[in-house]
Amino acid sequence: MSATALPEAFITPLLGGLTLGAAAMWLLFSLGRVAGISGILWGGMAGPDRHWRVFFLMGLLIGGVVIHAVLGMPVPAQSSTPLPLVVFSGLLVGFGTRMGGGCTSGHGVCGIGRQSLRSIVATATFMVTGVLTVFMIRHIVEGAL
Amino acid sequence: MTSWPALLSGLLFGMGLSLSGMTDPAKVQGFLDITGAWVPDLAFVMGGALMITLMMTSAILRRGKPLLASAFNVPNLNTIDRRLIIGSAIFGIGWGLSGFCPGPALLSLIYGYKTTFIFCIAMIAGMFGATLFNPRPHP
Repeated sequence: MSATALPEAFITPLLGGLTLGAAAMWLLFSLGRVAGISGILWGGMAGPDRHWRVFFLMGLLIGGVVIHAVLGMPVPAQSSTPLPLVVFSGLLVGFGTRMGGGCTSGHGVCGIGRQSLRSIVATATFMVTGVLTVFMIRHIVEGAL
Repeated sequence: MTSWPALLSGLLFGMGLSLSGMTDPAKVQGFLDITGAWVPDLAFVMGGALMITLMMTSAILRRGKPLLASAFNVPNLNTIDRRLIIGSAIFGIGWGLSGFCPGPALLSLIYGYKTTFIFCIAMIAGMFGATLFNPRPHP
């Protein structure tokens, strides 16, 4: 591929990724905590150490507002997944991230950054089942309809 | 004392997520659709984030203690057990079904869509379900 084939579409994802990494590193540097969202959400609701997590989650929402409302990044369209499937998906995501101890951020960004074998295995596992699930939906279920 | 650093980290995290495209579930499903019309953009999200965390994590941990807290609170488990694999596998299936993972789903609440709201309620219910299933808390 030539250099001109690299579309601008790659720039905001890269900037976003770098910013996510910086956010995680600041949290580790300042408070010594892992920026894993499933864990922060859970601890923010049920943990003994709720305070910082609630502030983190407030910041997360404000960060979204800054990018979309202040800087004018377009808001993505609403998911077209049927509602019963959305409910099932949410149940699995909540259950699975608690059982597996993390999600895309905790295992994928922070854990791999720490070179934790557990997180590498977890990330490989959810990437594979995520890919297989989309394959089933798009190429088997929808193909059969 | 822990509020402003956490707020700042969350703010950056939310900005990163919104910039990255991860809050667009159709795009996430496109990224996972490697045998179809693959949308490769989101590989740059993980790549960019890991560039930073792989470079900086060990240097930060070597400092011995964080700037504004008494000790690092980082998981030090090393066991690859069934819980880790099965839990992560279940999470991946849920992620593929809708294209939502926890951070982007929570952030998308600001878009005011019904689907996101329903997803988040179901996700929280799933989290409580997991503790009924196995009450051992995570670090």
